[in-house]
Amino acid sequence: MEQQRDASSLGMWVFLVTEILFFGGLFLAYTVYRSEYARAFAEASRHLDITLGTFNTAVLIVSSLTMALAVFSAATGRRRALLVFLIATMVLGGVFLGVKAVEYGHKFHDHLVPGPHFRFPGPYARQAEIFYSLYFAMTGLHAAHMIIGIGILTVLVLQARKGRYGPAYYTPVEVSGLYWHFVDIVWIFLFPLLYLIGRHIH
Amino acid sequence: MSSAVVVPPRSEHPVEPRVNYLNATYGVKSWLLTRDHKRIALLYLASITFFFFLGGLFALLIRLELLTPAGDLVQSQTYNKLFTMHGVIMVFFFLIPSIPAVLGNFLIPMMIGAKDLAFPRLNLLSWYIYMVGATFTLWAVVHGGVDTGWTFYTPYSTASSNTHVIATAVGIFITGFSSILTGLNFIVTIHTMRAPGLTWFRLPLFVWSHYATSLIFVLATPVIAVTLLMVAVERLFHLGIFDPRLGGDPILFQHLFWFYSHPAVYIMVLPAMGVVSELVTTFSRKNIFGYKFVAFASIGIAVLGFLVWGHHMFVSGQSVYAGMIFSLLSFLVAIPSAVKVFNWTATMYKGSISYRTPMLYAFGFIGLFTIGGLTGLFLATLGVDVHVHDTYFIVAHFHYIMVGGAIMGYLGGIHYWWPKISGKLYPEGWARFASLVIFLGFNLTFFPQFILGYLGMPRRYHAYPPEFQVLNVMSTAGASILGVGYLMPMIYLVWSMRYGKAAPPNPWGSTGLEWDTPSPPPTENFAVTPVVTGEPYHYSPGEIEIVG
Repeated sequence: MEQQRDASSLGMWVFLVTEILFFGGLFLAYTVYRSEYARAFAEASRHLDITLGTFNTAVLIVSSLTMALAVFSAATGRRRALLVFLIATMVLGGVFLGVKAVEYGHKFHDHLVPGPHFRFPGPYARQAEIFYSLYFAMTGLHAAHMIIGIGILTVLVLQARKGRYGPAYYTPVEVSGLYWHFVDIVWIFLFPLLYLIGRHIH
Repeated sequence: MSSAVVVPPRSEHPVEPRVNYLNATYGVKSWLLTRDHKRIALLYLASITFFFFLGGLFALLIRLELLTPAGDLVQSQTYNKLFTMHGVIMVFFFLIPSIPAVLGNFLIPMMIGAKDLAFPRLNLLSWYIYMVGATFTLWAVVHGGVDTGWTFYTPYSTASSNTHVIATAVGIFITGFSSILTGLNFIVTIHTMRAPGLTWFRLPLFVWSHYATSLIFVLATPVIAVTLLMVAVERLFHLGIFDPRLGGDPILFQHLFWFYSHPAVYIMVLPAMGVVSELVTTFSRKNIFGYKFVAFASIGIAVLGFLVWGHHMFVSGQSVYAGMIFSLLSFLVAIPSAVKVFNWTATMYKGSISYRTPMLYAFGFIGLFTIGGLTGLFLATLGVDVHVHDTYFIVAHFHYIMVGGAIMGYLGGIHYWWPKISGKLYPEGWARFASLVIFLGFNLTFFPQFILGYLGMPRRYHAYPPEFQVLNVMSTAGASILGVGYLMPMIYLVWSMRYGKAAPPNPWGSTGLEWDTPSPPPTENFAVTPVVTGEPYHYSPGEIEIVG
């Protein structure tokens, strides 16, 4: 049992290393183009909705807290609290995705979705399109991870309702928690890189 | 490995009907839903063998076209598709999974005295992911193929090519996750499931080399995955990530692509090196010379392999200083590689060498890998590379590593462990003959290509000036011999499954734990978890008679 827990935990850490390199390719592309087109990226960044972005950042940080509390509840045998915190994490994840969908809608409306309908005022239209390509690729990939995370949480909730997890066995909760925190941390990097870089330019 | 403390005495009656992993359950479902690492290894063996011969068919068509200087058999567009599909299938669907997914899957749990890998269901999932990816790529092949070269260079792949780039890229993207999960499974298994007493420095070198390979699987594969995702997205939505007309940077693609694809070369050759370490010790009846050096050389190759990708881009517009650094780092990879070659040679020195088929493949590996590696040093030299880049010199060089190295190791390993896998002995005479045919056919195919490249024949053209014809005819003749050579093991190994002599548990007198179980092993591998009390490879010359 101990060996299984070690194995699952190590397995998830190795998987997260893979995930870091998976996102790493996009972060590299971002770095290259930001250094090449610094001005254009700053301009383009100002068209992102900082209020919604900040709100979503807060939502995700709280969801990390509820996830940590869920693991704690499982480890200390508080089954009712475990269920509450798992559902709270799911709901917060859902709120994040909802807000993200609203933001995507605004971008679509403002012709900021790359493609034939892309419009950007000023001399940097082409470079701004690269910024928005990366914006959609990075936040889209992140959102895909959130959706997978909510799927995992659904399974955990169903199992937790049957009373499967307690101090003797809560490896799935712990390992899923690692994944959830990882997805949050990715957003902690995405938020300043995408939303905040244009703020110091007037 | 000495494990006699708990393991029951070896059975002297291997012919008795006995429950093993092959006959424990029957039916298609028992195979397709198996969680037994040994059965999953055989699922992989069947799948990659199919892709090996499919990729070989494309190679055959390439060589037939090049028999004559004029482009008469196929049009240039078709020729582009042929070499692309040959490369894509051989690299992603045969070479990368070959030794790890078949031999690694089969042997790692047994070599470390475990019942299975750490995540048996994940292991089965890996095979299904591989098959789904393979289906996408096969769909692309059947519907007209792809013509970008296996490298998918942008902007051609994203803006110009009108072939099935997306389906192929999606296939490779999906298959990549099968590699990642296999690597993850190996790393966790080697960390957490070693038998009592089996410390890191008592592990067989096969396990060390697979650990190094798994590191590359886990760290490099996600980068090609996200890169191909960007290619697919750029092509689909006409974004400007890599297309210079839209402000993108095509060199960025090359950086990302080679950040995976250079380490991928070590994914192919490191497991083969692990196999050769086992073969050389067994058939020289000697302990490996410098165990720790060989073990750490694997890790060294894996780490350095991540730092040399820029040598694929010496003429792509990268700065001269970057080129110099990458050139230097590429030379450094030669050090751990040479350590291995020297240590195998020193292991054989004064050993009692027996010239069994697996050992013939080991000899083949050492010789051909050395040629491939040394010509790699030519290419790492900036000035020489400018002269020979994109010529047949490159083609010959990497085939010496990938075919001369990786496939020799793969075939050597398949023969060596065949008695364990199938419970039957293969026909030794035929096997020796086939290994000789393969060795001669290989050299006749690829050695002339070094000369062709040095004389200036560029790769990836379906026509060439008439003065190159003699060498091309030699190469095509060699390829035909090589093709026959590859068919022979396919035939006699399948034959031996039914008609071969029953294999004893340990036909080679090997010391590895995997030989301490019956052939073929029971589903749970070991009746009692073995306890390891000594170093690996404790051979003494002439001690045991090799049977079979």
